[in-house]
Amino acid sequence: MTSEDIKEVIIAIIKDIDEEADFDGLDADKPLRDQLELDSMDFLDIVMELRKRYKLQIPEQDYPQLATLNSCVAYLQPLLQDA
Amino acid sequence: MPVPFSQLGDNYDIVVVGSGLGGLTCANRLARCGHRILLLEHHHRLGGLATWFKRKGHIFDVSLHGFPYGMVKTCKKYWNKAITASIVQLKNIVFDNPQFSLRTTFDREDFTRLLNTRFEVPLATIDRFFATVAAMNFYDDQAMTTRELFEQFFPGRSDVHRLLMEPITYANGSTLDDPAITYGIVFSNFMSKGVFTFEGGTDRLIALMTEELERNGVTICTGAKVEKILVDKKRVRGVNANGRTISARAVVSNSGITNTIDNLTDREIYSAEFLERAAKVRVNNSSCQVYFGISDGESIDDIGDLLFTSKAEQFDAAELLSPQSTSKTFSIYYPKTRPGQNRYTIVASMNSRFEDWAGLEEEQYRREKDKLITRTLADLEGYLPGVGSKIDWMEAATPRTFNSYTLHTRGTSFGTKFEGLDISRTIFKEVAGLFHVGSVGIIMSGWLGAINYGVIVANDVDGYLRA
Ligand SMILES: Cc1cc2nc3c(=O)[nH]c(=O)nc-3n(C[C@H](O)[C@H](O)[C@H](O)COP(=O)(O)OP(=O)(O)OC[C@H]3O[C@@H](n4cnc5c(N)ncnc54)[C@H](O)[C@@H]3O)c2cc1C
Repeated sequence: MTSEDIKEVIIAIIKDIDEEADFDGLDADKPLRDQLELDSMDFLDIVMELRKRYKLQIPEQDYPQLATLNSCVAYLQPLLQDA
Repeated sequence: MPVPFSQLGDNYDIVVVGSGLGGLTCANRLARCGHRILLLEHHHRLGGLATWFKRKGHIFDVSLHGFPYGMVKTCKKYWNKAITASIVQLKNIVFDNPQFSLRTTFDREDFTRLLNTRFEVPLATIDRFFATVAAMNFYDDQAMTTRELFEQFFPGRSDVHRLLMEPITYANGSTLDDPAITYGIVFSNFMSKGVFTFEGGTDRLIALMTEELERNGVTICTGAKVEKILVDKKRVRGVNANGRTISARAVVSNSGITNTIDNLTDREIYSAEFLERAAKVRVNNSSCQVYFGISDGESIDDIGDLLFTSKAEQFDAAELLSPQSTSKTFSIYYPKTRPGQNRYTIVASMNSRFEDWAGLEEEQYRREKDKLITRTLADLEGYLPGVGSKIDWMEAATPRTFNSYTLHTRGTSFGTKFEGLDISRTIFKEVAGLFHVGSVGIIMSGWLGAINYGVIVANDVDGYLRA
């Protein structure tokens, strides 16, 4: 997957979690948590959805790597190379 | 519709033991992930402590006194729109004790106003306090107690301590001696927007949840007590219930954590280190309740939705627990609770110790229950003069009642103290495929805590099964 694909996947998953989430002006280097008012339960939903879609197992200690859109890309790209 | 036990299959992906809100939510979340699930509940109805009972045309709710606004988001994501749409605010929360009498919407804005104008605390202190508790996380240092937290911000102000602590003690049994983080997390949840309830009552909530579970393919069986969780070579194999073995790759126990370790499994399956930690887990207190039904056709004045009342000079967790306590909450259920049913009911709740009730002989037990009803009615008369003549049903529940319906160790109402969370979170590291969900650690209790914990554990189970 390209980095653009991964961004799209993350955004699609967040849209499923919160249909009212507003992605206009989203800064890919700033925490998703603050910009989209996500809480720790929302991150759990993202982790579960990634596991369901791509059989990805993300250990708890790696959750902080999903903080921003760009850090998601950096963390997920090697894992989703062949996806 | 629940499936008769005789028609159950021999094999499922996951067996969930118990149908409290934690068990129900975990089952629902896992079913949505595509797993085949069997839910076994020992009682004849689902819901665990989220329950109700019917007498003489009245419906009494047992644990529907109030939950935080966070339930809206949680139910929207993990249940459905119909459930979410029925969550409504309780706007009149009343405190009445020798130190103060007041009415509040129980949110940050109104508490700021009260603390500033009634209790004369400077605004800067109030803001700093709210900011401090809002920033607390469960993984933060837990050395500081709630007492120390209060002394830091409101030194010597037993009245302020009471305002801040008393409702939380009723909500989860915690006291000034529990870790400040457990206080901060639960208190902040309530302060976000106030206290909420479920329109239509607990029976409607559980009916909607049952429909959703069935839509998602969960097999539900009531009247099925799990006797043993089967483990072989450090790996879960299934459960024994009603003399039959049902196999599963994972078992999620919604039975209490102490019950799960002490009664549902053999001790040999755990490491000595784990058992040593588990032995230190303290279960929380239990409850007494008195239920009053107002005769059909009669009505009562609006005196507030939830009343925290006490005759004790100061807040005192020990006084609150004693059989003679003068401290109790009254939840008043007006016809708005169940629109279309023009009925009023009142439920008084007290925190109580199992030990104070467990040893009583039947006759003495009955007498003590009658005395409890009489004392509680006298207190209620103070708020609703003459109400006694309108009541056509009175009944009491004690720690023994809670123990017999939920099987919980010493009838605990709110799971365990903080240390229980770690045990619950690490049990699957001891035995592959064995998980626990349900009230633990203070923060994972209450309707919202139990439901959210159901989702957290579902993630662990799903990760295990897909590994
Ligand atoms: C009096 C009272 C008032 C409360 N008021 C409120 C309130 O106003 N707001 C709020 O948010 N919270 C309240 N609570 C707390 C809240 O109800 C609980 O924290 C929550 O419902 C617990 O959910 P749980 O998942 O831990 O399971 P529980 O509700 O404890 O259910 C566990 C289930 O497992 C079943 N079980 C146990 N062992 C077995 C077995 N071996 N086989 C089969 N089934 C088994 C039991 O029968 C039970 O159904 C109150 C609690 C009490 C007691």
